[in-house]
Amino acid sequence: MINLTIDGQKVRVPKETTIFEAAKKMNIDIPHLCYHEDLSIYGACRICVVEIDRRPRLEPSCATVVEEGMVVRTNTARIRRARKMIVELLLANHPEDCFTCERSQTCELGKLAYDLGVRELRFKKARKYHYEPDTTSPAIIRDPNKCIQCSRCIRVCSEIQSVGAIEFVNRGGRTQVLTFFNKGLNNVECTTCGQCILACPTGALRERTVVDEAWEVISNPKKFVVVQTAPAVRAAIGEEFGMPPGSLVTSKMVTALRRLGFDRVFDTQFGADLTIMEEAHELIERIKNKGTLPMVTSCSPGWIKYIEHFFPECLEYLSTCKSPQQMFGPIAKTYYAQKAGIKPQDMCVVSIMPCVAKKFEAQRPEMKASGVQDVDVVLTTREAARMIKEAGIDFVNLPNEDFDKPLGISSGAGVIFGATGGVMEAALRTAYEIVTGRTLPRIEFEEVRGMQGIKNAEINLNGLSLKVAIAHGLSNAKVLLEEVQKGKSPYHFIEIMACPGGCLGGGGQPMPTNLEIRKARAKSLYQEDKNKPIRKSHQNPAIITLYKEFLGKPLSEKAHKLLHTSYTKRNRY
Amino acid sequence: MSLAKCERELKMVLKECGNKNEALLPCLHVACEKCGYLTEEIITFLAKELNLPPVEVYSVATFYSMFNLQRQGKYVIRICVSLPCYLRGSKKILETLKDELNIETGQTTKDKKFTIEAVSCLGLCDKAPAMMVNKEVYGNLTPKKVKKVILQYKAKR
Amino acid sequence: MKVVLKNIEKRGYKGNIDSYLKEGGYNAFKKALKMKPDQILFEIKKSKLVGRGGAAFPTELKWEFAKKCKEYPKYVVCNADEGEPGTFKDRIILENDPHLVLEAMIICGFTVGAEEGFIYIRGEYFKAYEILKRAIEEAERNNFLGKNILGSNFSFKITLFRGAGSYVCGEETALLDSLEGKKGQSRVKPPFPTFVGFKNKPTVLNNVETFANIPEIILKGGDWFSQIGSPLSCGTKLYCLSGDVNRPGVYELPANITLKELIEKCGQGVRGKLKAILPGGVSSNLLTDKELNITLDYPSVQKAGSMLGSGAVIIINDSRCIVDLAKRCAEFFDYESCGKCAPCREGTKRTREIFANITQGQGNLSDILLLKELQEVMYDTSRCGLGQAALNAVRSIIEKFPGEFKEHISKKKCKLKICPM
Repeated sequence: MINLTIDGQKVRVPKETTIFEAAKKMNIDIPHLCYHEDLSIYGACRICVVEIDRRPRLEPSCATVVEEGMVVRTNTARIRRARKMIVELLLANHPEDCFTCERSQTCELGKLAYDLGVRELRFKKARKYHYEPDTTSPAIIRDPNKCIQCSRCIRVCSEIQSVGAIEFVNRGGRTQVLTFFNKGLNNVECTTCGQCILACPTGALRERTVVDEAWEVISNPKKFVVVQTAPAVRAAIGEEFGMPPGSLVTSKMVTALRRLGFDRVFDTQFGADLTIMEEAHELIERIKNKGTLPMVTSCSPGWIKYIEHFFPECLEYLSTCKSPQQMFGPIAKTYYAQKAGIKPQDMCVVSIMPCVAKKFEAQRPEMKASGVQDVDVVLTTREAARMIKEAGIDFVNLPNEDFDKPLGISSGAGVIFGATGGVMEAALRTAYEIVTGRTLPRIEFEEVRGMQGIKNAEINLNGLSLKVAIAHGLSNAKVLLEEVQKGKSPYHFIEIMACPGGCLGGGGQPMPTNLEIRKARAKSLYQEDKNKPIRKSHQNPAIITLYKEFLGKPLSEKAHKLLHTSYTKRNRY
Repeated sequence: MSLAKCERELKMVLKECGNKNEALLPCLHVACEKCGYLTEEIITFLAKELNLPPVEVYSVATFYSMFNLQRQGKYVIRICVSLPCYLRGSKKILETLKDELNIETGQTTKDKKFTIEAVSCLGLCDKAPAMMVNKEVYGNLTPKKVKKVILQYKAKR
Repeated sequence: MKVVLKNIEKRGYKGNIDSYLKEGGYNAFKKALKMKPDQILFEIKKSKLVGRGGAAFPTELKWEFAKKCKEYPKYVVCNADEGEPGTFKDRIILENDPHLVLEAMIICGFTVGAEEGFIYIRGEYFKAYEILKRAIEEAERNNFLGKNILGSNFSFKITLFRGAGSYVCGEETALLDSLEGKKGQSRVKPPFPTFVGFKNKPTVLNNVETFANIPEIILKGGDWFSQIGSPLSCGTKLYCLSGDVNRPGVYELPANITLKELIEKCGQGVRGKLKAILPGGVSSNLLTDKELNITLDYPSVQKAGSMLGSGAVIIINDSRCIVDLAKRCAEFFDYESCGKCAPCREGTKRTREIFANITQGQGNLSDILLLKELQEVMYDTSRCGLGQAALNAVRSIIEKFPGEFKEHISKKKCKLKICPM
């Protein structure tokens, strides 16, 4: 343990603690920009500088490790002046379109300027460069003009996601974050996971907004508009309205969506239950028929694009099941449309997703199983919240309402899809009962839950010891996939989610999203599961009816046509 | 196509460095020397060999002023514009060069023969004002001397 | 008294291995091979040699720390990325006496327990590169480099590494990153490279000139060396004289010489009338004729409010517009900033813009205060020496030539008709 003094108070912290962390323990949140708790230390914005006795210069608290007897001050005139000036310098280079900026309410640079009392800009605006925004991606838009070069997007892309689609290009004042030869995100190995958006302190990165398209279809009288909401949305959207992280707001959300004018409010969890039916049977088939193992889940579109770029030779391991969003789409436009007497082309499916990669997924050419595009408009949690705000709906005080039937009926297994390990647990609940014919003695699989990067477990399935592994965040996924690539994977079944924490930490979720908040959201999803009368996908009555009336049985020809897909080899080099 | 001109040499350098990242700068030097500039093809090749994201190699290549991502002239004229040379009249030298070659700083002549680069100190301050044409050093320049040097290179095939 | 240029200034000295051996080359290494590493360290300690790259850190300490590290392998790196405008001494040494540096690096490797060394030479030094390449081959042929050198169980190899046009790579940690194939951007210090250096291993990093002193110290002893110069600054120093001076060049002198003596005796006087001097290149604060009597050692120059740095003494005469020169300096730092830390990246850019405005008659009196504050903040918060020192020259120009500065701003006039008003 190390003893030091910060702002006159004595504090004792473990070795290797940084001054920033030590101060945090004392409830001092030193102003910062390039520091991010999930990422490596970069030490470049110099906002978090502090004064240390016997050091000639100010030192970055994020990159300075405590020493015995150190005397640190975090708030002196010298420090305040330096921080203020650095922000002024950054602002002198920053567009002045704050009112119309996507991040006007959540901009860390703007907040910092306000907090530090920057009230005039002494440096003349002399912007010489106007960079073209990168609008190539269906999911993410990059505006280099708003970039302050904190490298958080670069670090999250390479460290957390092992992708490395963007880097600093050129040097000095001409530095920009760019893709390879400025080809644009859509033309490089970007997985569209959108973690860079969450990491960005300014409006330099944002989702491709389709709020206008959503309003348009809603107000088009010729369109029958159904909305589906992913599990992770209900555990997070409340944050957009000032509610504590992880507030479970399922019924308020349903009410709000109905008031926005959607004709039916359905649940992607129905699609999740359907996914489990297909995926559990696919797994059992593969094990029985000595098919390709391990089988790897395919719900996370960021993950799919990653494997297509980085492990194109491993595509056969992927489950052929579409994601819940993409199972819901064609079922709505065929089964439900028939039931409701609506032509598929007159129906519009809007999704609300915690994810920006879903925007990309919906536009994949193979996603037209219903004959038309299966999912028309994909909104992120943030975009949906904005629509609710735009409509002036007092979200917090809304009454509770229920999803519409039948595509709004779901099991607890569908709920936990939103958390890492959830797909695995949901699949195990169903696979166990199908294989053994017995009721699960214990419905919760604690061993597959939690925020550990890679988890594994063994489950006894009628004598077969089923080995499973779960990874979230693509760096962790890479570890498991390298084993698969070398033919050394000991597992039967692997769940992978592109984003840390699973969908609840997706790139489309409210800001900020950090470990504490991810944990809170997970907790409420598991609570929702507990509250559900039905907790296994194969017991969802709407699913049972769907198979009886329409699909026949899992993996049937019709199911294959509507609910399964294929993948594309995309190269990295 | 560009890669064909330097692949053999690049592989040699890579082998010498055991395909480690330290090979990157030497490889970029070799590629620039053999091909004149760094193409997408070359950078992708190096990224693959070193198992790096292509954009990372691109990032390194754009950081250093000696690596070119555009085709350069056969003769690259690096003229020092730092203080010691400036005090000795580098401004006039640069103007003479631009007049003689009819291009601006950073540009390449239409016949792809000359490129003018204004660079930071070349460490030739004892011979200021100074410039380099490819690897050759020219010091104590006067406009007259510069014209002569350019004429010599123009005459070369 | 010559230590570093002792061979170079001899008539007919060629710098190849035969010439070098004839002048007693590699005798220091042969002597060192028979000494214990601690004895070598002791001699260097007694010599009071400090780094000649600019920071003036005691050389012996670096070597001792690296020697004590238990991590292996260890590395020796020679910083030959000479880039400070006005500095060209390392080029002179490398082109004319390359074996002197090789011998020193070999001694260093032997002392600290390293078996591999690198010379990071700036990319534009094509000639020096070729000469060094040949010298390394010569040394290998003569078994001064290679396996089991001269029958001992000490092995050492030296690899030449070319920079690629980046001033900031002269900063030691940026140099190491560059050597590892990355962009040359400074690392967070501590840890210092001596402990965590090349590939995170203990690394001794010295400037060319620093190394060039080592063989004589070994041969003649640390006491002999410390007698040269002044107690404040032992040994000789290489001064690079450039700008408005009659005889620019590299001069090796004991570090107790005054600025005036250097200009008059070595440089044979100023061309025109003296206006100002940059004693340590464009990163240093300006001196004027009032400070001609300071001695050119590290502490004295610092006391005079500037720094000796690598010894790039740039002379400026009175036909020069000082604001125009400040603009030049600002442009240099804007071009060479690596762009990593915000104060340097943005600060150098803003400074260049402010000077562009002032020299076009669009300055503002508030710019003066703003530049002063910016200098202080950049010194206080920049990540490495580049940003910390980038506005030194600018600041001293404001302070020492306030009239000329204000004239540009309020009267929109450049008396010398140099700025494009």
